[in-house]
Amino acid sequence: MSFLKIDNASKSYGSVEVLHNVDIEIEEGEFLVLVGPSGCGKSTLLNMIAGLEEITSGTISIKGKPMNGVHPSRRNIAMVFQSYALYPNMSVGQNITFGLEMHGVPKPERQAAMDKVSEMLQITPLLDRKPGQLSGGQRQRVAMGRALVRDPDVFLFDEPLSNLDAKLRVDMRIEIKKLHEKLGTTIVYVTHDQIEAMTLSTRIAVMNDGYVQQLGTPKEIYDSPANLFVASFMGSPSMNLIPVTVVSEGDLLFAQATTGLDEVVKLKFADPPAALKSYVGKTITLGIRPEAITDPEGADHDAKTVERINNHVVVVEPAGSDTFVMTTLGGKDCNARMRADAHVKAGQDTVFSINMDKAIPFNPDSEVQIT
Amino acid sequence: MSAISTDTAVRTAGFARALIYLVLILFALFYLLPFGIMVLNSVKPLAEITGGNMMALPNVLTFEPWLKAWSTAQIGVEPTGLKPYFWNSIKMVVPAVAISTLMGAFNGYVLTKWRFRGDTILFGLILFACFIPFQIVLIPMARILGLTGLAGSTPGLVLVHVVYGLGFTTLYFKNYYQAFPTELVRAAQIDGAGFFRIFWRILLPSSGPIVVVSVIWQFTNIWNDFLFGASFADFDSQPMTVALNNLVQSSTGVKEYNVHFAGAILAALPTLLVYIVAGRYFVRGLMAGSVKG
Repeated sequence: MSFLKIDNASKSYGSVEVLHNVDIEIEEGEFLVLVGPSGCGKSTLLNMIAGLEEITSGTISIKGKPMNGVHPSRRNIAMVFQSYALYPNMSVGQNITFGLEMHGVPKPERQAAMDKVSEMLQITPLLDRKPGQLSGGQRQRVAMGRALVRDPDVFLFDEPLSNLDAKLRVDMRIEIKKLHEKLGTTIVYVTHDQIEAMTLSTRIAVMNDGYVQQLGTPKEIYDSPANLFVASFMGSPSMNLIPVTVVSEGDLLFAQATTGLDEVVKLKFADPPAALKSYVGKTITLGIRPEAITDPEGADHDAKTVERINNHVVVVEPAGSDTFVMTTLGGKDCNARMRADAHVKAGQDTVFSINMDKAIPFNPDSEVQIT
Repeated sequence: MSAISTDTAVRTAGFARALIYLVLILFALFYLLPFGIMVLNSVKPLAEITGGNMMALPNVLTFEPWLKAWSTAQIGVEPTGLKPYFWNSIKMVVPAVAISTLMGAFNGYVLTKWRFRGDTILFGLILFACFIPFQIVLIPMARILGLTGLAGSTPGLVLVHVVYGLGFTTLYFKNYYQAFPTELVRAAQIDGAGFFRIFWRILLPSSGPIVVVSVIWQFTNIWNDFLFGASFADFDSQPMTVALNNLVQSSTGVKEYNVHFAGAILAALPTLLVYIVAGRYFVRGLMAGSVKG
């Protein structure tokens, strides 16, 4: 029995269905991230788990108990909102204990719970202040404190870091991760930031247009995206999607494309999926992550199949830790990630190593991974 | 590098500035003139008014007219002064303001945070109350007061003013709560607060500015109302405004202008006081309610 089970859940507003037959199951202690662009339905799904939005059809159960129609306060959940939603008229301490008070917890116990949580989040000196007197990061901590103090079955986070500046966001991200590892609670976390999704989660559901596009571990999502949407949405810079022709030589399959030097190159598939044979002679979309295309010295030595090609350098973007090199392949821009001190200049021709172990073939019409 | 100037006002030359101030002071004096004349004449003996210039400063300073207006002047048939009517007004205004403000706040809460089918139409109808002239409701209201047995009583007047003020207070609070983040209501729901608890503990304590607006607006309107007071009150529940009219209109004896002036100032004093105490919140609250909504 899974801890949180979303079974065939749909949501409609009038005749418009915004969430279609969502199936997600996670175990106790998992960190599920719902990620997708704006309007994909991820916040709606979170609100349905919280009980703030009704479930049109299907069921959502927590600990095996169906939650349809159960009031938010009786689901034993806690939620951290994007705007933090701290009660402006109450002090930090009152904000944290309000939920306990509403649930009829006696005062000494409330006090003890508050002390424990505020110590853990290092907000003890702030307890008497009003939310208006706090900085963004402090408000964030208080909002988490309010959720933690309830000791809920499931934590729900609705884009909690999107109002913070870049540096603070990274700090709070690490803090949330630490908290999860320390407390081992089940978390459902909504974000549009794929870095947050990758770094925090034990399981990611990538959503678009009200459908779950793929549910899997961060590694599965990153290394083996189910379709072109997941491939291009996850990863920064995003995956190169290059039109190639599948050709066969004996038992081996190759991806054939034209470089920026107008040379035709053949890239050997390392472990071609069985279905790829039927695409011989046809054009498919080949997905290659930028880090799978490097300078020869930077190539992965454990890779089974590394192809070296000559190509023309269009633009070089030194990013400090890496150098991104833009070339063209198959008529499309193709981003390569080289070591920081790789010697390349725009306008040059240079050698690229392509790790074909990491290349993913997609059907260009159905946009689904060929397996 | 010099500090960035925070002065965003247009810089004007000294002469132009002096001119502006001169004009402003003249306008201010002009506006204060009627009130000044009232004060001046309320502290003069009657002989000075009837025998001389109304604009002149008093030769003899006397507070007799004030005392008389307050406690012994002839109002209608009784020589009671304005005192009992002042309390009548207080007994009417305080509950009417409190009830209409609270109900307006509650309406605003429901109309913004608990949307239901037909809520826009309902709000439109409530808003309609703001545009109905007083005179139209006189007869239906008299009928209702008669049926409920509240005719000629202070509770009856309270009812009339609550019903009439509800349109305005609902409008104020709806606009104010529109800008109030719904996430707060949701957070409170998850925390386990119910419908009324959310209102009492979260929304109402955060409504300071708009409560001030509503209180000032309602207080001034109800205190200054004459028509409802004259139409629906008995002798023992008449508000200050009606009593002032009776004082001035009394046809026996000489017209005691100094007493009339003192009475008029007495009648205007409470609203003046409310403005002085809470006026700056009034402007701030109006902005908060309208601009953000």
